[in-house]
Amino acid sequence: MVNGRRYQRDVEPRELLVHFIRDLGGVTGTKIGCDTSQCGACTVLIDGVAVKSCTCLAVQADGCSITTIEGLAQNGKLHPLQEAFWNKHGLQCGFCTPGMILASHELLRNNPKPTDEEIRHGLEGNLCRCTGYQNIVRAVREAAAAMGGK
Amino acid sequence: MATKIFGSGIRRREDPRLITGTATYTDDLSLPGMVHAAMLRSPHAHARIKKIDTSRVTKAPGVLAAFTGADIEALKPTPCAWLLPNSGLKVATYSQIAKDVVRYVGDIVAVVVAETAYQAHDALELIDVDYDPLPSVLDPQLAIKPGAPQLHADVPNNEAFHWTVAGGDVDAAFKNAEVVIKERIVQQRLIPNAMETRSAVAQWSGASGELTLWNTTQNPHIVRFLCSLVTGVPEDKLRVIAPEVGGGFGSKIAVYPADFITVFCAMKLNRPVKWTETRSENYQATTHGRNHTQEIELAARKDGKILGLRATVWAGMGAYLSTAAPGIPTILHGLMLSGVYDLPALKEDVYGVYTNGTPVEAYRGAGRPEATFIIERMVDKLATTLGMDPADVRMKNMIPRFENGHSVVTGLSYDSGDYPAGLKKLLDHVKYKELRREQDEARKKGRYLGIGIASYVEICGLGPSQVAGAIGFQGGLWESAIVRVHPTGKVHVFIGASPHGQGEETTFAQIVASEIGVDVNDVKVIHGDTDVTPMGWGTYGSRTTAVGGAALVLATRKVKEKAKVMAAHLLEAAVEDMDYADGQFFVKGSPDKAKTIQEVALMAHVAWNMPKDVEAGLEASMFYDPPNFTFPFGSHIAVVEVDPDTGHIALKRYVALDDCGPQINPVIVEGQVHGGVVQGIGQALWEEAVYDENGQLVTGSMLDYALPRADGLPDIEVLSTVTPSPHHPLGLKGIGEAGTIASTVTVYNAVMDALAPLGVQTLNMPMTPERVWRAIQQARPT
Repeated sequence: MVNGRRYQRDVEPRELLVHFIRDLGGVTGTKIGCDTSQCGACTVLIDGVAVKSCTCLAVQADGCSITTIEGLAQNGKLHPLQEAFWNKHGLQCGFCTPGMILASHELLRNNPKPTDEEIRHGLEGNLCRCTGYQNIVRAVREAAAAMGGK
Repeated sequence: MATKIFGSGIRRREDPRLITGTATYTDDLSLPGMVHAAMLRSPHAHARIKKIDTSRVTKAPGVLAAFTGADIEALKPTPCAWLLPNSGLKVATYSQIAKDVVRYVGDIVAVVVAETAYQAHDALELIDVDYDPLPSVLDPQLAIKPGAPQLHADVPNNEAFHWTVAGGDVDAAFKNAEVVIKERIVQQRLIPNAMETRSAVAQWSGASGELTLWNTTQNPHIVRFLCSLVTGVPEDKLRVIAPEVGGGFGSKIAVYPADFITVFCAMKLNRPVKWTETRSENYQATTHGRNHTQEIELAARKDGKILGLRATVWAGMGAYLSTAAPGIPTILHGLMLSGVYDLPALKEDVYGVYTNGTPVEAYRGAGRPEATFIIERMVDKLATTLGMDPADVRMKNMIPRFENGHSVVTGLSYDSGDYPAGLKKLLDHVKYKELRREQDEARKKGRYLGIGIASYVEICGLGPSQVAGAIGFQGGLWESAIVRVHPTGKVHVFIGASPHGQGEETTFAQIVASEIGVDVNDVKVIHGDTDVTPMGWGTYGSRTTAVGGAALVLATRKVKEKAKVMAAHLLEAAVEDMDYADGQFFVKGSPDKAKTIQEVALMAHVAWNMPKDVEAGLEASMFYDPPNFTFPFGSHIAVVEVDPDTGHIALKRYVALDDCGPQINPVIVEGQVHGGVVQGIGQALWEEAVYDENGQLVTGSMLDYALPRADGLPDIEVLSTVTPSPHHPLGLKGIGEAGTIASTVTVYNAVMDALAPLGVQTLNMPMTPERVWRAIQQARPT
């Protein structure tokens, strides 16, 4: 299942989950920023848990429920993290953003009231070259408050 | 009702598509029948190709074709488009696919096209290449020496160019000097690391002879222009689209062999072809930045007055000259060497040197960080030598406030500036004297706090086209805009510049909204498609707002002028009696009798009742060639603490004061400063492209190349002053590169200040804990 929709495909054993998702047709929000699992642009949620989808084979996700950035907004309403990234200018070129938002999702799932330091530490696995991270930290802080972690 | 939209920190309209994953970057494209290209790249820094055999490849699953250098003779070489005059410039042939010799790890030797990207990459392993390795050289200072390995037969001593800037009597300055300071600085090689790697999708229609190229570029019109020259596809049949582009930082200015090869494959196979580089491939093949070795002497008096500066720079250009490369360590560097100071005399020699590395190009700041580093480091060294406060030495030498032109020793005329006021505001903000006292206290307790300052001025808004011609830039440097008001008063703006993350879809809408009083949400900004937008020279050098923004203002004002004529006609008044406020045109003194821009727009389109000799429609275009560059400036300060036992540097505080003129959107300005500052800190502390003695890129992936991460950075405090440019219609100057230009040397100065009591005089970047620790050990009295 990807974003609530069931897909059935034969895959090569070696096919990476990120390639599988991006090749489904039109679900290309998940980005590939590196080839060594450093940048986190490909972060998705597998059964609610954030995973870098370049470190996971497609077959490993068989039977799992995957949420990509496209599946985060519900009923046409942006997720508080998406709102907060928009409000706080937490993105510029936008390429790291899908992964950054989903990694932040994971961070808040584990720690609903993070300090700035905890946010910075929690997002270490995601690279952004545009923002210098400061507005991303502000966005996650705002989202945490909006999600009731305050 | 119009709001005060100029200067308002509204949310970006780019963001909804980006935060929902619905934006389309080049690699997100999928066309019917599309196949995939993969490049086979040289594993050697320098080698002769004895034999290439592709016979095994074509039998591999899914493979459609493989091409080598012998197959693509029809393509002209990759052009260099900055032909620096009076420099003995030697442009070596940059073949799309290396034919006889490979000259850096990453040079393309073959391409494979297959049904899937996996198949194409698999097939690369079936190409047999027999190499005869040759000696290689990476250090530009060594590469220019007689006897060094030669890259190109027609370039003796690998000297690509020798460029000089001089002003004033330098010899006299050094003769009269009471103190002379010397320094050697290495600006290490850096990898730009736009988060989106480069990608191209080419679609050829054999029937119509038309080609569409989707490309991750900062300047689609330049790509069209040069792609037409290289491939022979006429410009009218060649459409270049820069869809969503995931950052550039200079690395997406150049035109690249892989893009042209992708086009070639699409034309050969008559199928759409996609090529997307892997990150490791990006590290080898997408242009790098900096790579300067600088030797500097500064002449001064004992009271801190600077008399002159002499410098020699060896700029590593890599194996070939990239598109704009020769202009970066020269025009954009040497001309800015006097910085914010009244320097009586200066001379710099710059040697551009071919080396067996990835081509070096513009990288955020492009030449100006290297210049700012020189002067700001020397000012600090002078202060240390004389026992003066570095802030005082800066104040003593700074150009006083000027509003309309100030000539400096390099021959440039800065537009406007108030450098002392900016520095003073910064020092007041941080309570500088108290900070120094804290530092003294800390030192007494054995803690090594350092305070670093840098003041900068940068050359932006490139530039008058006449100057472009004089300095060998093979193009113009104007920008264009079309403003089209539709019947309902909604506006389309078409611009030639090509933003890729900077947010001009928002800020340019703010400009239009504030000029003609429409709602900002009624303005759509369209860019990045050569079939749709007017010609432009691209987004780099902080020029999109400084030049493109000026074109936009003036186009909008043309629309407004026409609307006024229309309104006067509809109100049966004389044009000279008309007034305008907040989107309403009215007869002076009678604001109740008014026509809105929307009403005028409708009448202009139905055209039932037009003034005599006035055309239907409501739109205007503007090609704006600026009379001068713009010169944003500022001062930054950093506080660091160094742990002498581990060499670890803690960044305690960072304050940036920047003056980019009036700010269209202060939130976006702040974002540019944050990002720029962190990128410059990356150079000071972490980043370096390292090659081993055989020319292998040791930092070949993100595992090995240390990029700034969210951790380990302080919140950056952002201050500003506002000094309008006298020649920009809104006074705007540009902000994209400021942070990077100032922050590297600011942090460097802070670390050296911290290490001063330990006797450390110099340190190479990046200032890793190991390097800091070793420097402390070496400086220790034995």
